[in-house]
Amino acid sequence: MTTHATAQPSYLVDTGSRKGLMAWLTTTDHKRIALLYLFSMIAFFLVAMGVGFVMRLVQLTTFQHLITARTYNALFTLHGVIMIFLFVIPGLPAVFGNFFLPILIGAKDVAFPRLNLASWYFFMAGAILAVLSLFTGGGAPDTGWSFYAPFSLKTGTNVSLAVFGAFVLGFSSMLTGINFITTIHRLRAPGMKWFRMPLMCWALYSTSWIQLLATPIVAITLVLVILERFFGIGIFDPAKGGDPLLYQHLFWIYSHPAVYIMILPAMGAITEIIPTFAKRTIFGYKAIAFSSMAIAGVGSLVWAHHMFTSGMSNLATMLFSLLTMIVAVPSAIKVFNWVSTLYKGSIDFQPPLLFALTFIFLFAIGGLTGVMQGALAINVHIHDTYFIVGHFHYVMFGGTGMGFFAALLYWFPKMFGKMYSKTAIYISWFPIFIGFNMLYFGMLILGMMGMPRRYYVHLPQFHTMHVVATVGSWFLVLGLLTYFGTLLYALFKGPKAEDNPWGGVTLEWTLPSPPIQENFETIPTITHGPYQFEQESK
Amino acid sequence: MSEHAEHSADLNTVEQPEHPAEHPGYGTFIKVWVALLILTAGLVGMSHVSQTYAVWGLLTMTPLKAGLVFYFFMHLKYEGPLLKIVILVTLGTLLIFFALLFSDVAFH
Repeated sequence: MTTHATAQPSYLVDTGSRKGLMAWLTTTDHKRIALLYLFSMIAFFLVAMGVGFVMRLVQLTTFQHLITARTYNALFTLHGVIMIFLFVIPGLPAVFGNFFLPILIGAKDVAFPRLNLASWYFFMAGAILAVLSLFTGGGAPDTGWSFYAPFSLKTGTNVSLAVFGAFVLGFSSMLTGINFITTIHRLRAPGMKWFRMPLMCWALYSTSWIQLLATPIVAITLVLVILERFFGIGIFDPAKGGDPLLYQHLFWIYSHPAVYIMILPAMGAITEIIPTFAKRTIFGYKAIAFSSMAIAGVGSLVWAHHMFTSGMSNLATMLFSLLTMIVAVPSAIKVFNWVSTLYKGSIDFQPPLLFALTFIFLFAIGGLTGVMQGALAINVHIHDTYFIVGHFHYVMFGGTGMGFFAALLYWFPKMFGKMYSKTAIYISWFPIFIGFNMLYFGMLILGMMGMPRRYYVHLPQFHTMHVVATVGSWFLVLGLLTYFGTLLYALFKGPKAEDNPWGGVTLEWTLPSPPIQENFETIPTITHGPYQFEQESK
Repeated sequence: MSEHAEHSADLNTVEQPEHPAEHPGYGTFIKVWVALLILTAGLVGMSHVSQTYAVWGLLTMTPLKAGLVFYFFMHLKYEGPLLKIVILVTLGTLLIFFALLFSDVAFH
């Protein structure tokens, strides 16, 4: 372990002319901006988690009087919009990308620090607009997070404002993408060649390209929805000669790659965690780097597998089915390499590794159920059932969510200079894991039985599994509250963290905890790859 | 930041050209503008012949016009290879999206 006698203050100390809240709201330090994202996102996550909890309660008939069917429609829309647009899409890039990308490549900040702050303001503005849409106009949107036409064009609820909120959020995403791409191209430390970058940087790089190329498409599409609602221009409305399938195409051209925006940085974080706790270099560095780019590339070409039952041409369904199968290959390469890295490693079992392994397990189930849906015949059977909801949560929550939790556990000591109670985190893991699988595997089974998604009520034959899933949601919420409570306690009362508590070898572990304001007193010169452990080099 | 930016710039393998002398004069812009006018006239003319001609005109001449605007008015011609590659990647992505979209639309 190295200790750092540095005269420079930590980034958490106000040294400019502004103090307190104003210093934070006007900061251009990438690390502070990352924390702005972190705290706002955790707040959004907890709200959406509460909404999900209520939705599950409603499936127990005892609690059905709590809300009406119409409110239920608004709740699943709200849950989806908040979780997707305000947590999982920006989640890892905005928090850990912002905090660690410059550090991992040996830079003092991102390429455009002011644009970085502007991105956070766009994010908050979009979030506020989305929240306002719940209480203004015709009330909370009831379309689901996908805003499908023609229903989104006709409903009297406040879709226009919610869609505009998503449009503004898109700017945050695009600007962050531009910032990261430029940072990686222009601000790498001397000797930090492309294949010496930690793999988190490759994940963020491929994610940024998707953000940059795909987000404008959904932005334009959402503007068209607004124009259609206000002026009846007839692009998506079949009554006016428009094509609702065109809406689905345009929406999913962005929103499927968005799934990879969500998962790729989580994969990047897992790729950082595993070598640190296996105490050996990553297995197949280049394969992982290229598989990130391949996922970004091929993942952008599979969008219409969301539309197999919508009346597309047979040629298109076959083509997209094939492409969907292909995208599983680079994902499988990553899983293979993670497991191979652990093989014969000197495993140091710590909370971040536990959550990283949980990620691999849950993501594997999510991925395999995804490949199942790529097969046309199965897809027709399970389309719009709970199977889709279960699969989606395995990938997004089991994947991105667990990746986020693992990354937070891994980098928390570095970010805040405090250490959390490992015992409390282990205790939180059990209800999270058990509850998660009861809830979402229950949904997979319900889907195979034929339970349609987004229904306020269900038939008696589905009731037992609904009870299992709802009880699972209680465990899950209990575990998550314990997890966040533990970290919150550590933030204020936790013991001081060491500079390198895990024995990591990437650049962030050479810095004090928490890091100083411009990261490095002198920019390091890089002479070797990112995962060179002492035991191996001896 | 500036000190860091300087040595980071050395690392960048793609040279960023800074040759103001190479930038075009008004003559080039006027020639390109005339070319754009001719192409527009051609496009309008083709659209009067038949719908098929109109579609082919749109598919061929419009990208050509956009290319001229990109290349001269938006100074792509005078940029380094990195920016050109970025534009090519974007256009390539768009073309692939169109092709996949047509696999549905054309075979409905």
